[in-house]
Amino acid sequence: MPDTQQLKDLTVQVRRDILRMVHAVNSGHPGGSLGCTEFFVAMYNEIMELKDEFHMDGKDEDVFILSNGHISPVFYSVLARRGYFPVEELKTFRKINSRLQGHPTTHEGLPGVRIASGSLGQGMSVALGIALGKKLNNDDHLVYSLHGDGELQEGQNWEAIMFAAGNKVDNIVATVDYNGQQIDGSTDNVLPLGDLKAKFESFGWDVMEIKEGNDLGAIIEGMKEAKSRTGKGKPVAVLLHTVMGNGVDFMMHTHAWHGKAPNDEQLATALEQNPETLGDY
Amino acid sequence: MKKYTYTDKKDTRSGFGAGLTELGRKNPNVVALCADLTGSLKMDEFAEENPERFFQVGIAEANMMGLAAGLTIGGKIPFTGTFANFSTGRVYDQIRQSIAYSDKNVKICASHAGLTLGEDGATHQILEDIGLMKMLPGMTVINTCDFNQTKAATLAIAEHEGPVYLRFGRPKVPNFTPENQNFEIGKAIMLNEGKDVTIIATGHLVWEAIEAGEKLAEQGIEAEIINIHTIKPIDREAILTSAAKTGCVVTAEEHNFLGGLGESVARVLAEERPTPQEFIATQDTFGESGTPEQLMEKYGLNSDNIVKAALKAIERK
Repeated sequence: MPDTQQLKDLTVQVRRDILRMVHAVNSGHPGGSLGCTEFFVAMYNEIMELKDEFHMDGKDEDVFILSNGHISPVFYSVLARRGYFPVEELKTFRKINSRLQGHPTTHEGLPGVRIASGSLGQGMSVALGIALGKKLNNDDHLVYSLHGDGELQEGQNWEAIMFAAGNKVDNIVATVDYNGQQIDGSTDNVLPLGDLKAKFESFGWDVMEIKEGNDLGAIIEGMKEAKSRTGKGKPVAVLLHTVMGNGVDFMMHTHAWHGKAPNDEQLATALEQNPETLGDY
Repeated sequence: MKKYTYTDKKDTRSGFGAGLTELGRKNPNVVALCADLTGSLKMDEFAEENPERFFQVGIAEANMMGLAAGLTIGGKIPFTGTFANFSTGRVYDQIRQSIAYSDKNVKICASHAGLTLGEDGATHQILEDIGLMKMLPGMTVINTCDFNQTKAATLAIAEHEGPVYLRFGRPKVPNFTPENQNFEIGKAIMLNEGKDVTIIATGHLVWEAIEAGEKLAEQGIEAEIINIHTIKPIDREAILTSAAKTGCVVTAEEHNFLGGLGESVARVLAEERPTPQEFIATQDTFGESGTPEQLMEKYGLNSDNIVKAALKAIERK
């Protein structure tokens, strides 16, 4: 297990990766990626039980499904830095002939990815399918999934949420990146989500909140708690309160950087705020 | 004209049900999902015999497709069941991203395809599904003609690695292909050899093509009749060999002429052997309520129409 300083260093390095990746191709989604950096670092290095090498079937290990595929930069960086593929490959992000497509896919065979995502609202169903498969295979490992909050406006989620409780799929922890922002503005302005906790609970889920969703310690403690609540007849949801653009002051608390890359000057400023730790790709 | 007979009429969906039951008994990796149409899809027996491997998902087809995609990851072979309309158009993006683009081994099994669904009318009579599904890269598309062939196809697709769309129907139709036949995906079946015109038919139109062949024989015309159950990948060799022999082609399907079998055949011919072709298919229209027989007659999908098309194709040689 890495110590806290190692995780902190990794977090800063992942932020640098995200910023440099989107800057290099002048496209991609830095806001949500930065907001979920601590979560990804914690999941892949502290929470999930994973095999060293990638196996598509995910048997006898925990499985992670990213439903809001547009935050691929953080996903790719954390996968690479956990050793699934060479860190140098991050420089191919969104470029022609790359395994690192704009949104994650299995089509190019990138280790660590088990389903294509990007068209929103589909990951919950897929994650539940994997969870059902684990039960059939007598595999007591868990399925973790991540969803955008705005993504919950897609109706398929609620089909899946209803199914999960009705069928007591209790080997899944579905986390919502609760940053309150989406492309056109705040979720409250675009289409209010209402009381998300009450909504999940009324569908029969066990719901918990992590209020400090950009604090490594709080995430680790919270996700361990979530894990302990599995296997009790209810699917588990985590509302992870994050700040979009976290770690770069001018990108925080706004939807402006949802899908926009920094220019040269902005990149320099952002990188100054996140000094190199483990070495740039 | 070779003589084809049948002892009974059976629905193709029951062939699917029988195949699924057999799979349940012999392949522990086969799982099934249904969106509140278990009886209509004839999945009851599988569900009763394998309750732990059967998932009733309710009226939620999008979720069903995602669940199926997820189930493949741990090595399961999911068969989804609902009407053709709800198996394709309703969930196209789920199939596109979570199944086809993600290379998932899901078998999308669709009943009540086409006009022969009958009285429920156009909301349920999809005539665009073959086109929708064949456009997806990597998707295999199969449309079977009778009970025995549907059962054989159901067994065969479980052995095939990759996403498959299996299309069948509601009404009872002549069950004339051999019991326990070997089903080879992508391999057309020669039903009758002839020299004057090639009739390439799929699904419920195969029996109509046989009847048309008999009527043409009475006029001294020898029709070559091909039962083409797989629309993608299409059997190029069978089409080209026959077209070279007869010099003209009629395609017959219970589907819109846009996007269906006819267009797939036309592309093969245009690329390698331009040949006069007539299309028995619906003419870019929705269906309506009526009995299957009334609808097939009104929309020009029966043996008489195939005969007329064959005569026209021969004239165009």
